[in-house]
Amino acid sequence: MKRESFFARNPSVLVFIAILALFTLGVTLASEAFGAGLISTSFIKTLGKTLCLCLIAVAMDLVWGFAGILSLGHFAFFGLGGYMVGMWLMYERTRDIVVASMANAPIPPTPAEIDAAIGTQIFGVVGSSEFPAIWFFSGSLVMQLLLVLLVPGLLALIFGWLAFRSRVTGVYLSILTQAMTLALALYLFQNDSGLRGNNGLSGLQNLPGVTASQAVVSVWFLWASALALGLGYLLAAWVVSGKFGSVIRGIRDDEARVRFLGYSVEGYKLFIFTLTALIAGIAGALYYPQAGIINPAEVAPIASIYLAVWVAIGGRGRLYGAVIGAAFVSLVSSWFTGGQVPSVNLGVYTINWVEWWQVILGLSFVLVTLFAPKGIGGLFDLAQGRLVPNRHGADYGPDQGALMEREGRE
Amino acid sequence: MSTLLEVSGVSVTFDGYRAIRNLSFNIGPAEMRAIIGPNGAGKTTFMDIVTGKTRPDEGRVLWGEKSISLTRMSEAKIAQIGIGRKFQRPTVFEDQSVFDNLLLSLKNKRGPFSVLFYRKTPSDTERVHALAEEIGLADQLPRKSGELSHGQKQWLEIGMLLAQEPQLLLVDEPAAGMTPEEREHTTSLLVQAAKTRAVVVVEHDMEFVRRLDCRVTVLHEGSVLAEGSLDHVTANQQVIDVYLGR
Repeated sequence: MKRESFFARNPSVLVFIAILALFTLGVTLASEAFGAGLISTSFIKTLGKTLCLCLIAVAMDLVWGFAGILSLGHFAFFGLGGYMVGMWLMYERTRDIVVASMANAPIPPTPAEIDAAIGTQIFGVVGSSEFPAIWFFSGSLVMQLLLVLLVPGLLALIFGWLAFRSRVTGVYLSILTQAMTLALALYLFQNDSGLRGNNGLSGLQNLPGVTASQAVVSVWFLWASALALGLGYLLAAWVVSGKFGSVIRGIRDDEARVRFLGYSVEGYKLFIFTLTALIAGIAGALYYPQAGIINPAEVAPIASIYLAVWVAIGGRGRLYGAVIGAAFVSLVSSWFTGGQVPSVNLGVYTINWVEWWQVILGLSFVLVTLFAPKGIGGLFDLAQGRLVPNRHGADYGPDQGALMEREGRE
Repeated sequence: MSTLLEVSGVSVTFDGYRAIRNLSFNIGPAEMRAIIGPNGAGKTTFMDIVTGKTRPDEGRVLWGEKSISLTRMSEAKIAQIGIGRKFQRPTVFEDQSVFDNLLLSLKNKRGPFSVLFYRKTPSDTERVHALAEEIGLADQLPRKSGELSHGQKQWLEIGMLLAQEPQLLLVDEPAAGMTPEEREHTTSLLVQAAKTRAVVVVEHDMEFVRRLDCRVTVLHEGSVLAEGSLDHVTANQQVIDVYLGR
């Protein structure tokens, strides 16, 4: 029996990777650092951040669209990934500054003095100068990068184990995940949490030891984000393409049936929940150096709800739908909230889009849920239905196929 | 005769209501058994207990030659050791093809990692085709199972159970809502299956039970009222009073 390759069975993956590569190339050629300078550095950062949001949307689609677990807490993992990489960025950069300023002192500073000076610099805003224990590895990039995976992964593993083992499902699970991300946000808001309270970590756009300008660094991060999105998409597509995908879609549609077929439903849920938490952590670790700052508001419950809205609008249950949803909604959102859209003066009332955008987003979410449950991604079905009528094998005659084609146009 | 499944002295109470009282039931390795009884007799609860969905308050449920206790096992574990269950309402994965439904059910390793790295082997494909032939869906393999008729879905679910290669099949009202021809096919599927394994059929329809031509257990208010051939139990005055007489 001849095996078809993974790409032959999933042509949309190749198309996606190609579009992503073309996009990255195009942006690079239009950038200030490597090309014509058509796109400002700040917009390149926006695009890079958008790619990271697309990556977490892919994770959300895996856990919600395929496995049916409506997690409203994945931004907690995203934020933790950002914090972990932010700790290293902040420590190293502060260290560089401190060492440079002490270099002119008559007596060379001892390592302890340098350490104390860094501590004062970083934790002065929360009235402390001591390094909390969680900063133990902050001097090591390798360790902090490992923590980008370990911290969200462990949180997801423990939370998921407790929740799934107790067979918490549906809306109750969604509420629990909201509680998780809220608890994390409230904890981080405290000054003695060790992560600078509501100040968060800042100056993350400056890479320690790198002298290149932000114009160059922004393109690097765009590349890294595109690579991560490409690999994440590939991984997700591989996970859902085979029997594993069959099992998790089975869990989504009929949990009891899967259980009585002998599959440990809880084990599968835990697996997919943790895997997506890892992807979210990586996405966050790439996002926040481009944003430059992370604070506890980033893991507020509303962020994870937005994530669900993106995936719903884009079309859950198909990976490219999630990417389209995240890219479309977040870009439109930054356009509206960036104050670039002229207000509409109605005489008695002026529509200010910064405020009204939320209403539009909420309304479109409701409309998509009611009238187009397949989301934007469903449009591809229409396009495809026009080209190749889906005849479900040889059984249907051409007449019925033609009927479906006509239905597709409607 | 050796016993495959031994249920003895089992009782279950839901919020003060005793759904099962002191129920005992045995079945051998290659035997067909029909369970009949009026609504609320405890037929479905009985299946829930055997498959691990409901934990009995007291009593024993022992499995196989080694007499393993099932009362502490998870549903998935029980399914893995060889008990398959068919629900009353046909439950197949409607969003997936008939082929994928059967492939998913084939007896293979069930852990997340082995499933993630699973690659379809020619023998598995062959097995799926053979099963599809057996349940009469050979020409429907690429179709989404949601498009199948009610009867076809029931057969697909039976096929999914057979794919697990269970030693005991628990089947809840397989003939409900079927046309006479479909019933006939269902009967022959179950009779065929019972040649190599134990099959327990819960059924309301007397005509269908008669066709199965097997021992019958009558449940009433959570315990066994009578057991024997269909003619024997239908002649029992108690059975007539509580069930047939209505």
